[in-house]
Amino acid sequence: MAEKIESPNLIVSGSPHIHGPESVSKIMWGVVIALMPALVVALYYFGLPALRTVVVSVAACLVCEWLITRFLLKKPCTIQDGSAVITGLLLAFNLPATLPWWMTVLGAMAAIGLAKMAYGGLGNNPFNPALVGRVFLLISFPVAMTTWPVPEAVWGMADATTGPTLLGLIQEGASVDQVWQSLGDKPVLSLLIGHRAGSLGEVSVPAILLGGLYMLCRKIITWHVPVAFLGSAFVFAALLHGANPQAYLAPGLSLCTGGMMLGAFFMATDMVTSPMTPWGKIVFGLGCGVLTILIRNFGAYPEGVSFAILIMNAFVPLINRGFKPKRYGC
Amino acid sequence: MKTFQKGGVHPNDNKLNADAQAQVLNVDGVLCIMVSQHLGAPSVPIVKKGDKVKRGQALTENTAFVGSVVHSPVSGVVQNVADQSDAGNFTQPAIFIQPEGNESEDFISDDPALERDIKLSPQEIIDRIKEMGIVGLGGACFPTHVKLSVPKDCKAEYLLINGVECEPFLTDDYRLMLDKPDEILVGIQILMKALSVNQAIVGIEANKPKAIALLKEKAKAYGGITIEPLKMKYPQGAEKQLIKALTGREVPSGKLPIHAGCVVQNVGTCFAVYEAVQKHKPLMERLVTVTGPMIKEPRNFLVKIGTPISALIEACGGLPESTGKIIAGGPMMGKAISHLNLPVTKGLSALLVLPKEQAHRGEQQNCIRCGKCVEACPMGLEPYLLHASVRNRRWDLCEQHHITDCIECGCCQYTCPSFRPLLDTLRLGKNKVNQIIRNRNTPSK
Repeated sequence: MAEKIESPNLIVSGSPHIHGPESVSKIMWGVVIALMPALVVALYYFGLPALRTVVVSVAACLVCEWLITRFLLKKPCTIQDGSAVITGLLLAFNLPATLPWWMTVLGAMAAIGLAKMAYGGLGNNPFNPALVGRVFLLISFPVAMTTWPVPEAVWGMADATTGPTLLGLIQEGASVDQVWQSLGDKPVLSLLIGHRAGSLGEVSVPAILLGGLYMLCRKIITWHVPVAFLGSAFVFAALLHGANPQAYLAPGLSLCTGGMMLGAFFMATDMVTSPMTPWGKIVFGLGCGVLTILIRNFGAYPEGVSFAILIMNAFVPLINRGFKPKRYGC
Repeated sequence: MKTFQKGGVHPNDNKLNADAQAQVLNVDGVLCIMVSQHLGAPSVPIVKKGDKVKRGQALTENTAFVGSVVHSPVSGVVQNVADQSDAGNFTQPAIFIQPEGNESEDFISDDPALERDIKLSPQEIIDRIKEMGIVGLGGACFPTHVKLSVPKDCKAEYLLINGVECEPFLTDDYRLMLDKPDEILVGIQILMKALSVNQAIVGIEANKPKAIALLKEKAKAYGGITIEPLKMKYPQGAEKQLIKALTGREVPSGKLPIHAGCVVQNVGTCFAVYEAVQKHKPLMERLVTVTGPMIKEPRNFLVKIGTPISALIEACGGLPESTGKIIAGGPMMGKAISHLNLPVTKGLSALLVLPKEQAHRGEQQNCIRCGKCVEACPMGLEPYLLHASVRNRRWDLCEQHHITDCIECGCCQYTCPSFRPLLDTLRLGKNKVNQIIRNRNTPSK
């Protein structure tokens, strides 16, 4: 050009110049929203102790992450991304509502410090932080971690204050019929609405399904992990139940007890610690389901969801290697 | 409705100019014609300072097979042959022409009547297309005659026409389809004759129902041309994805579309082919979309190659106060330019002006392994893995994971919730690996 044209200060960068609607914090807060129905049910059933456990867990996770980024890593604070809130909520959801508060704090420290920040923070951890926190507490304080408050005890509507979980009963050698009796007059209804002893966030199947559906619609999770997880657990449990109906729970009951639903929708689907491709996710889910039923029925612990997911977490790098996306043109 | 299956994203299409009729923009003053406006061997100027040139006169020559030439869009005097920076801020030779007089080359026909009879033989068509400087107007500027010269071991079965315009904001192809449907269809028949194929499919995305209806109606009068509406998805206008969407075939990795029996041409190219073959008119002008959320009057202009882009922006009411970024092309694959001292080239489909608040990238965070980049990649690659491999300079891993298949569509970076610069690194790695492969294949002395 002959004459130089006055140009404004323009920003230059490589393409693409637009970005999709998603961001890490939107995804994380989306998961927090999805956890709300289960939280409401937990607060209703377990009252103030549940509130205390949730608040202590979330606060401890946030403080722990802040302290580590501020004083150990000397990096910008990352708590606003929402991932520590999720870890705090999920850890609390996996604890008995009445757990002493200082144990909750220890669990949060294990979850954030040991399982997340030690690896370099969000995105770098191989294991689900909340589950590491829970397993840490389970091994350290086995009695406190298996003392379950009975729902609505806080409102004075129950006779006892604590009671065994269904899986606990089975572990102690109770027959399937006795398990059903423990659920009261309307066992199926009790089971579905979550009127049973257990970790504070795991008891209500409909609330967890509602949250899971929300995450599916928001495309935060895909169907692969939950379907493979629950599907394989169902089939495996059905085989065992078919072999000996008195010793092994019916498959439907298996899915609704313990942390199966919470695990399948919220813990195993954790993006950081699950595989990348659809087929990888299916294999991961299958492994979780089979291991859960194995541990529940043949292991030393009544509940196997946490261990199953953590074991499968360790396989994720291998699964990512083995299950590549199908390339165009080959 | 058809589409390609693997990957892709759904950006808001933002076709702000869809209803803005194409208008001719004549600008007085010097035109700047870049010497090489195509992909391939560089051209050489054949005019010098002080030469008089006619409208339509060739300004350069190129003896290479993969080469193309440029023509003077005006009658005038060569003011200078000098360096000029291009959209990528590289210095390239250019020819500056001061318009003067009104002389055209005799062979050019300016009769607007539709010319349907194709008189030239296939080889004559290909020669004419090369001589008239026709290149792919979708943006890549690959010389059109090269695509029409089918290698001996291949056979063209389908001619696929790209009317997809999947880039957000762009409307130049859409306006052309509405304004020149018959010319485009004749252009398609010329290409069919040159390739001796008997079926052509025009792919148009569903957000352009008027163009689909109009071309469907007009195509009844032309044999062998089907109009196929496609479900909206980016990057459907990429050659490989369009082939998959329209024929279900896949181009083998590392091969060309012709190896899948397909030749893909853009609708703009079809119109240029019509003009070149039926009217003997060189490629001297094109439609350019000038758009952006803050632009007062977004428009589509028919401008001469070599027109300063500042004139186009002036004609739309000037640069808005809050301008942060100007993009030559669409927002997904276009180039951000650093100054307005640039001419219109054959490959310039649009000028997109983005305000400051949309000009910056989001803050980069850790990869959360969500797998959205893997899901979005239309080539079935693993961008997160390639990104890490490039950052660790593991070119062997990059090659092993097929970085050379990357089509640089930007879906991975668009979709990444951690705002990681995936395409930046992939582009770098792809160039590096291509270089390594070239060195390996050249026998050492």
